[in-house]
Amino acid sequence: MRVPADWYLILALILFVLGGTGLLVRRNVLVMFMCVELMLNAVDLTFVTFARTLNDLGGQAAVFFVLVVAAAEVVVGLGIIVAIFRRRADATADDVHILKG
Amino acid sequence: MNAAYVILAAPALGALILLAGHRRLLEPVAGWVVVVLGFVSFGASLWLWVTLLGRPAGDRVARLAIFSWVPVDRLQVGFGLQVDPLSVFFCLFVTGVSSLIFLYSIGYMHRDPSFARFFFYLSTFLFSMLVLVLADNFLFTFLGWEGVGYCSYGLVGFWFDRDRAAVAAKKAFVTNRVGDFGFMIALFLMYEHFGSFDFSRVLAPLAHGATLPTAFATGLGLMLLLGACGKSAQFPLYMWLPDAMEGPTPISALIHAATMVTAGVYLLARSAPILHFSPVTMWLVACIGITTAFVASTIACVETDIKRILAYSTLAEIGFMFLAEGSGDFSSALFLTVTHAFFKALLFLSAGAVIHALADEQDIWRMGGLRKYLPITFGAFFVGYLALSAIPPFAGWWAHEAVLEAAYHKDVWLWVTGVVVDGLTAYYMSREVMLVFFGRSRWKEQRPEPAGAGGGGHGGSHADGHDGEPHDSPWTMTVPLVLLAIAAVVGGVIDLPFPGTDFLTRFLAPVFPHTVVPGFSLTTGTRVAIGIAGTAVNFIGLAVGIVVWLPGLARPRLEPGFLRHGWYIDEGVAGAVAGPLAVAADSTAYVIDRRGVDGLVGGIAALTAGAGRQLRRVQTGYVRTYALGIGIGAAAILIYAAARVGG
Amino acid sequence: MSAGTWALTGPRLVAAVGVLAYNGAHNPHAEHLALGADWAVYLVGAGLILAGALGVILLRNPVHCALFLVITLFGVALEFVDESADFLAAVQIIVYAGAIVILFLFVIMFLGVDRKDRIAEEPLPAQRPLAFALGLAVLILVLVLAGFGTWSTGAHSLSGALRSVHGPADDVGRLGQTIYTRFLLPFEMTSALLVISIVAAVVLARSRHRVAGEMSEAEQAALRDADRARSPQRADGGPGTPTSGAPGGGRQDAEVEG
Repeated sequence: MRVPADWYLILALILFVLGGTGLLVRRNVLVMFMCVELMLNAVDLTFVTFARTLNDLGGQAAVFFVLVVAAAEVVVGLGIIVAIFRRRADATADDVHILKG
Repeated sequence: MNAAYVILAAPALGALILLAGHRRLLEPVAGWVVVVLGFVSFGASLWLWVTLLGRPAGDRVARLAIFSWVPVDRLQVGFGLQVDPLSVFFCLFVTGVSSLIFLYSIGYMHRDPSFARFFFYLSTFLFSMLVLVLADNFLFTFLGWEGVGYCSYGLVGFWFDRDRAAVAAKKAFVTNRVGDFGFMIALFLMYEHFGSFDFSRVLAPLAHGATLPTAFATGLGLMLLLGACGKSAQFPLYMWLPDAMEGPTPISALIHAATMVTAGVYLLARSAPILHFSPVTMWLVACIGITTAFVASTIACVETDIKRILAYSTLAEIGFMFLAEGSGDFSSALFLTVTHAFFKALLFLSAGAVIHALADEQDIWRMGGLRKYLPITFGAFFVGYLALSAIPPFAGWWAHEAVLEAAYHKDVWLWVTGVVVDGLTAYYMSREVMLVFFGRSRWKEQRPEPAGAGGGGHGGSHADGHDGEPHDSPWTMTVPLVLLAIAAVVGGVIDLPFPGTDFLTRFLAPVFPHTVVPGFSLTTGTRVAIGIAGTAVNFIGLAVGIVVWLPGLARPRLEPGFLRHGWYIDEGVAGAVAGPLAVAADSTAYVIDRRGVDGLVGGIAALTAGAGRQLRRVQTGYVRTYALGIGIGAAAILIYAAARVGG
Repeated sequence: MSAGTWALTGPRLVAAVGVLAYNGAHNPHAEHLALGADWAVYLVGAGLILAGALGVILLRNPVHCALFLVITLFGVALEFVDESADFLAAVQIIVYAGAIVILFLFVIMFLGVDRKDRIAEEPLPAQRPLAFALGLAVLILVLVLAGFGTWSTGAHSLSGALRSVHGPADDVGRLGQTIYTRFLLPFEMTSALLVISIVAAVVLARSRHRVAGEMSEAEQAALRDADRARSPQRADGGPGTPTSGAPGGGRQDAEVEG
């Protein structure tokens, strides 16, 4: 007998909450980005779990696309971060609030 | 039959040309475009008339569908034309008289800064009027009806920088709306009962034996009558017409005498099959006509404005037309309509020439002796005067006698009042002619204050070149006068009361079959007797007027105050309607609007500004705060879901 | 996923390790052994995931965070294997651990490895407690929903069954067939997305250079002065690291290119 789906879902939930909390707490943009990746992985885990539970290949295909989008997002996101850091050497996410109108 | 398209297309083309090019077209060109296209329309009407005459009498109705206008389920209304003797008859005199007045306007509006705008309105008016008379259903007629109303508004207020003109335009428009209200109710009733607006489905069955409940016919007829009263300036909706004389004189001639105000006559004539089923309405039409005629004639006896006298006489003449229609003699009403168009246009245009020559002077007490200075104008005015006063053998006499015969057949008192009105008409027209063209030249003595009637709208053209001496107008103005004078003299031949010569009556007979317009016949002796009696009264009125007013002296006892105030009807209406309205408007403006509406609007604005000021603090600029917001939102959704699950 | 399931499975977690050991010692049945292996993989993966995640959000050095992220990603890959998603497990390792984390590390190094969060200074004092409370609330709420809710999963999609007697026998084959047939259009669109992101990255990388080209001489001079005033400070802050003073490095790149 396999491990019941509940366990994977609970694990994914914990991972998601940890990622979200990290996103709110951390100020380093790079680390915030990593937390987003954690959350994405949590979602991936639920997708795969539901694919197995419901016997549906669509879940795994969704994870595939999430991977692609995450890669693209990281490329652009890191590009933006680099652009910001060129301007301000010690930038954190909070420092962007100087753009506030 | 395709000439009907040309009749409509020509003025529409003129309007479009002026609309597109009114800034580029030089002064005379704009006018000539409209005049030429007006004559084209007239030629097409003639062609159509000849075509119609070539057909047998029973086969003179043709319907031309242009396109479907309102295709909604049961309601099918089209843009379509109905060519029949009635519409062709109206087309003929509308296009003919209009074209002459257009020609006259080229001279009259010379050097007006808004020359092209004037002719745009003229062309649009002609188009709308032709739509009105050519339409094959009541809704399309209503379109033309509103079109002429709009043009009338624009032209009465043509010199809108004059306060009085602007006010008069508003008055004309608002009064017309009251009538339009009636017309619209009539349209609703018509749709309710017939399910259609087409003449062929509403009127034709009635002419061929179908019947209508009396109560419904009365309701429908009264609403149509209300509409006709508004447009044709009949009692009690007549007060806008004298005020409308603030417009340029060609407009007074064209719209407020010859054509537009006869739209009500047309509507009632067209609706004859409906009116036939409601004796009450027929009586009311006659009574309103004679009342208007009497009231207007008495007021005209004391009026001092050269154009307003003519305006009141127009009211009286249209009252006569209503009288004839109410008496069941529609062809006499239309006979008077066309002859009236000739001589009233003639009178107005001559009056315009007088005003033109005297630097916009309109007060007949500041005229006099003009016979010597304006011979052509005097001749034209004199012909019109005799025609309007119903002196034989001018056109007006034949028409008036026909109308009075019908009135006599309806009720003898209608005839008596009609004769009195005719006598009064001869009297006040004599007064006007004596004071304007005979006697001392009072305009010389009172010259120091020019332009008493206000403005100088078409400005300055009279002052230069004639050294203070009034003189006749350019040929563009005199040619129409001469042509109209000829028509006013011989116009009566179109419907002579002798066997075999009643051309108009026979031409119109297919429109008014005996099933709905029974007709009547008086013995020859009676006709001769009432004709002689009426004519005698006309001559008496004429003689009294000449004798009393030839010296040109003021006679206050003949001009009582209550007549000067127009029987206080205008003041009465103003007090009864405008007073409470003003109170209501004031309370709306200063109580409801300022306290209620403004308070509400201001409160909402203050609330928005205050909320914005407070909520601005949420915008910290910290990305993490926004992320927190998203998280809280997600948690709120989860709480809601959990509550649903728990509940 | 009802409350009953949760109540049944909850205690089994506690006993899992014991069962594993007991089965290994006393029960020779292969099925029980397989069950034990699944549980073992799950537990190992879960441990890696949680440890890695905690490391990411708690450690101050971004380099350490990135390394712990790798641990989490490995854990997730393990769970994928446990759930028979072999292809995804492989891609997870290759793309995430092999490419994305490397990219992270590259940027960290590029911008300066010595930079740490100034945790003591918190401009938003309420942020941290609120964040923890929110995380806890979401955790509890979802558990409540999972425990008491009735899930409606709707109709199955048309993308095919995971375990089918038809078609390719292995996971990679089935997934590939689905993506190249059923999901062909989204798949092609991901290629467009990747191109767009590449172009975006190029534009972002070149932006400083282009702005400098558009500046007037005076503005460029002012910018150079400002950079010069800042650079000694940075040199003090990061001795010994060749890539310290990353903005300076970036500027040098731009200047070389220019």
